[in-house]
Amino acid sequence: MEGPLALLVGCFFASAIYLMLSDSLIRILLGVTILANAVNLLIFTAGRIVKEVPPIIPEDAMVPPIATANPLPQALILTAIVISFSFFAFLLVLVFRTYQGLGTDKTGKMHMAEEPGDPVPPRGY
Amino acid sequence: MAESAGHAAVDVASAMVTAPIAPLDAIIVAPTLITLLFGAVLLMARKRPETQAPLGIAGLLLLTAATAGILARVVTGGPLTMTMGSWLPPFGITFAVDVLGASFALVSSVVALVVGVFASRGLRRVESRYGFYPFLLLMMAGVCNAFLTGDIFNLYVWFEVMLIASFGLIVLGNSKEQLDGAVRYAVLNLLAAAFFLTATGYLYGALGTLNMAEIAIKLREGVPGMPVNTITALYILGFGMKAAAFPVAFWLPASYHTPSPSAGAVFAGLLTKVGAYALLRTLIMLMPSEEALYDTFLTAIAIGTMLLGSLGAMGHSDFRRILGYLVISGIGVILAGLAIGTAEGLAGGIFYAFHSMIVMSALYLASGLIGQLGGSQDLRKLGGLYGASPLLAGLTLTLVFSVSALPPFSGFWAKILVTEAAMVDGRWWLAGIVLGTGLLNALASGRAFTQIFWRGGPSGTPDGAEKSVPGEIPGEDRAVLFGSLAALTLMSLVIGLWPSPLMRLAEAGAAGLLDPTLYIRAVFGGAS
Repeated sequence: MEGPLALLVGCFFASAIYLMLSDSLIRILLGVTILANAVNLLIFTAGRIVKEVPPIIPEDAMVPPIATANPLPQALILTAIVISFSFFAFLLVLVFRTYQGLGTDKTGKMHMAEEPGDPVPPRGY
Repeated sequence: MAESAGHAAVDVASAMVTAPIAPLDAIIVAPTLITLLFGAVLLMARKRPETQAPLGIAGLLLLTAATAGILARVVTGGPLTMTMGSWLPPFGITFAVDVLGASFALVSSVVALVVGVFASRGLRRVESRYGFYPFLLLMMAGVCNAFLTGDIFNLYVWFEVMLIASFGLIVLGNSKEQLDGAVRYAVLNLLAAAFFLTATGYLYGALGTLNMAEIAIKLREGVPGMPVNTITALYILGFGMKAAAFPVAFWLPASYHTPSPSAGAVFAGLLTKVGAYALLRTLIMLMPSEEALYDTFLTAIAIGTMLLGSLGAMGHSDFRRILGYLVISGIGVILAGLAIGTAEGLAGGIFYAFHSMIVMSALYLASGLIGQLGGSQDLRKLGGLYGASPLLAGLTLTLVFSVSALPPFSGFWAKILVTEAAMVDGRWWLAGIVLGTGLLNALASGRAFTQIFWRGGPSGTPDGAEKSVPGEIPGEDRAVLFGSLAALTLMSLVIGLWPSPLMRLAEAGAAGLLDPTLYIRAVFGGAS
């Protein structure tokens, strides 16, 4: 099961990077979201995958009798999902406000903070 | 635990910390409590702008007291640790603080306190109404806890807390310039955090633990088949991006000049240093690598960062963008200390980080006052400010000397340590670049100073003529604004004249990174 999932993680990373190389803000945003999911899936896969065995220890034992799914990666992913979703929400608003304010969603045309052709600083008085 | 299987009653002692925590040791969670509590209260009181500054400053004062208490406790009693929910480490989330973390936390909360005082008069009304202080306190929650945590996934969480609060700070004011800067800052920092999380996922997959002390033990023993190189490379990329290291530094000069001076000051002083701290923690303490490859790689990054910072500072005419490049140049010196990797080199890098936190924040505050007086940040449009405010000129000149690492200011000792460590290590060329970029920084900041303060007016003013400056600083604000700027400047001078206390802290921090035995023993002390 790890093999196909690893391939899937690779596909996620590849499409995320492809989207983020675009100069359209919405595509970059989609890329960031896919990247977050790629990382989540990566943690999930790295935590060893066991099918249909809940991590429940029988009442008379101190350790689980057979290998069970590791709950910790899922807790980590849950945290990461909450974080990445809230960031996505923030970025979506930020990008929309930027589009409203600057009138463009192309990063190549956003020059408010860094003006192109900034002349060299004065050399003397 | 296997031998107790079969008992019906669960033996809690083998899974939980049952010994009561000494009340004084609970101070390790005080910064978390103070920042989150005050952040929440400030958020609730946002409809009453007159309460924001006093409450915020009170919170930052308490935070400074708490971090000072932690540092005092750590210096006398060794690393301090607490595991949440009483689970035995490595099962619970551990907070562990050594001299390095405690001193970073103290310096950053002092800087935040001074900036908080400055902001009480330095903010425009709209900025304090829309939540400068809540964001500042919540950002400090991220910054301080990143220094205090002993769990690498928890470090990621605090990184994100710091990031989301800084997003709030950078867009306060809502100008077009800020939106543009914020998009660059937000996307690239999120990307950095994603790389950091990827590396952490791999680390967990390979080691099965997230506890920094246990990671340090396991990696020192060696784990067969462990992809150490991949993980290290991802950490260098993720934290390097956060710290603004070459070649992933370009988001910093594109965004740090856009927020208000008060927000810019905490950004420049604190955020990049958290990245540098995380690099120190992971590369030196967690995964000490003997491979020459990393040595060369890190040295190249350090040199690139120093050169990019200094040359960028030479090539710009916007004062705040020059400062952004000077921040990057400082990060280069810290990375040079990290690349040398000896106790002296690390101590120099850590000392430089303390110096840079104080001086870069002060310079951004000064840039705020310059903007208020001169009505611009552009060197071509500024001039004649010496006549308008000799005090500001004096303070800025002091900071220019300090950032150029001239004696008797704090930067001097830090650079001496790094240069000496490089020479001792046989890397005279690295020492040369550290000193050479210091000269470039002196040229860039000195030129900015002469153009802003010494000439009679903006470019085109005839020699000898004096033009009046367009803005002024209201009399009732002067004491607070100049007082807080002077406080940071004075700190740099005092550290320069009496460097031994801070140097001892830096040396103890470096020693703790190179030999984390005490740190590990503090975390697992209850278990053995």
